[in-house]
Amino acid sequence: MLEFFGRLFGRDEGSKKAAKDRLRLVLVHDRASLSPQLLESLKEDLIETISKYMEIDTEGLEVNLDQEEDTMALVASIPIRRVRRGVAAKANS
Amino acid sequence: MAGKAIVVTSGKGGVGKTTTVANLGTGLALMGRRVCMVDADIGLRNLDVVMGLENRIVYDLVDVVEGHCKLRNALIKDKRVENLFLLPAAQTREKDAITPQQMKEICEVLKEEFDYVLIDSPAGIEHGFRNAIAGADEALVVTTPEVSAVRDADRIIGMLEAHELGAPKLIINRIRPDMVRRGDMMDIEDVIEILAITLIGVVPDDQDVIVATNKGEPVVFDRRTRSGQAYHNIVRRLEGEDVPLMQLDNDGLVERLRRLFNRDARRRKAQ
Ligand SMILES: Nc1ncnc2c1ncn2[C@@H]1O[C@H](COP(=O)(O)OP(=O)(O)OP(=O)(O)O)[C@@H](O)[C@H]1O
Ligand SMILES: [Mg+2]
Repeated sequence: MLEFFGRLFGRDEGSKKAAKDRLRLVLVHDRASLSPQLLESLKEDLIETISKYMEIDTEGLEVNLDQEEDTMALVASIPIRRVRRGVAAKANS
Repeated sequence: MAGKAIVVTSGKGGVGKTTTVANLGTGLALMGRRVCMVDADIGLRNLDVVMGLENRIVYDLVDVVEGHCKLRNALIKDKRVENLFLLPAAQTREKDAITPQQMKEICEVLKEEFDYVLIDSPAGIEHGFRNAIAGADEALVVTTPEVSAVRDADRIIGMLEAHELGAPKLIINRIRPDMVRRGDMMDIEDVIEILAITLIGVVPDDQDVIVATNKGEPVVFDRRTRSGQAYHNIVRRLEGEDVPLMQLDNDGLVERLRRLFNRDARRRKAQ
C-alpha cells in the first residue's frame, strides 16, 4: 500500500537503484576474485608502505575481503613489532 | 593504407552483437567505406540471416582455413550496397575448427583489402571468444542496461584489457526511455559509471530492429527509425566525427505526432 502511494507521488525510486547497488557489489567481488595475484600484490604494497613507519611482522600479515549483507570491506590484520623512532617527530614537523 | 579490425563482443548472449555488426557494417559501407563482416560464431551462425544473405553461401570461414577454397571465393558480396562483404561462419562445425592464429592471419589479409573488418563474436569467454578477438585491433562491447549483461560486460572488458586490445568502447543496446524515466531501468550514466569505459553509442529498444531483421535488411537502411539513426550515429563516431548522443527521451506531444506521421508515411510507401 505504502509502495503504491510512493509510486503514485513519484517518490519511489523504482528498481533501478536495486540494480545499481547489486551490480556494484557483485563487481567488487568479481573484480577482486578475478585474481589471487591482486591480493598478493596489494599485500606487498601494504608492507612496503607501512614499513616506512613501523616494523611489522610480514609473516603474520593478513589481508582479506569481508562481505556482509550489503557492504564489502578490506580487512587487514598487521602485527606491529615496533614503531620506528623519529616517525612521530617527522610527521609533526 | 591497411584497414582496421574491430571485434564486437559482449560476454552475455543475445544482447545484440550480431545486430550491431550488421548495422555498423552496412552503415559504414553506405558511407563509402570498404567493409568485410566476419561471422566468428562457428556452429551458430546468424549474421548471414540478419543480413539477408543466407541463400548465397557457398564456402565459409572453416573452408578457407582448411584450404577448400580461396578467401576471395568465400566472401559474399552484398547487392544493395557497394563494397560490403560477408565472410560466413561454418554452421556444422565446432568452435575449435579454427585457431586464434588462423583467425589472425585471415584478418591480416582482409585488412589489406578493406577499410573495416568487423568481427561478430560468439557469446561466452571460451575458445570462440578467443578466436574472435585474436585478429582484432579494437573492440566494441555491447551490453543492455541489465544487471547480468553489465556484469558480463565488465568481465569481458577485463579480458580485453589483458589481451592488450586498445581501450574497448561501449554500446548500450535496448535502452527503454519510458522505463528509465520511471526509475525502473539503469540510465546511460549509471552504466558508464559502473563500467568506467568510453561510450560510443546508445541504441533504443525498437520494434523496427525486429521488423528489419525479419526482412533481412539492417535497420540502418532506414534512418527515419530511431534505431537506424542511432546506428548511423555510431558509424559516424567510428569515422572520427563528433556526434552528440541522440535525444531518447522526447516523448512530448510533438515528437509523438512526428513519429506517428513517419510511421504512416513508411506504411504508405511500403504499399
Ligand atoms: N535495439 C534493439 N531493439 C529491439 N530488438 C533488438 C535490438 N537489438 C537486438 N534486438 C533483438 O535481440 C535479439 C538478439 O540480438 P542479436 O542476435 O543481435 O544478439 P547477439 O548478441 O548476437 O546474440 P548471440 O549471443 O546469440 O550471438 C534479436 O532478436 C534482435 O532482433
Ligand atoms: Mg550473435
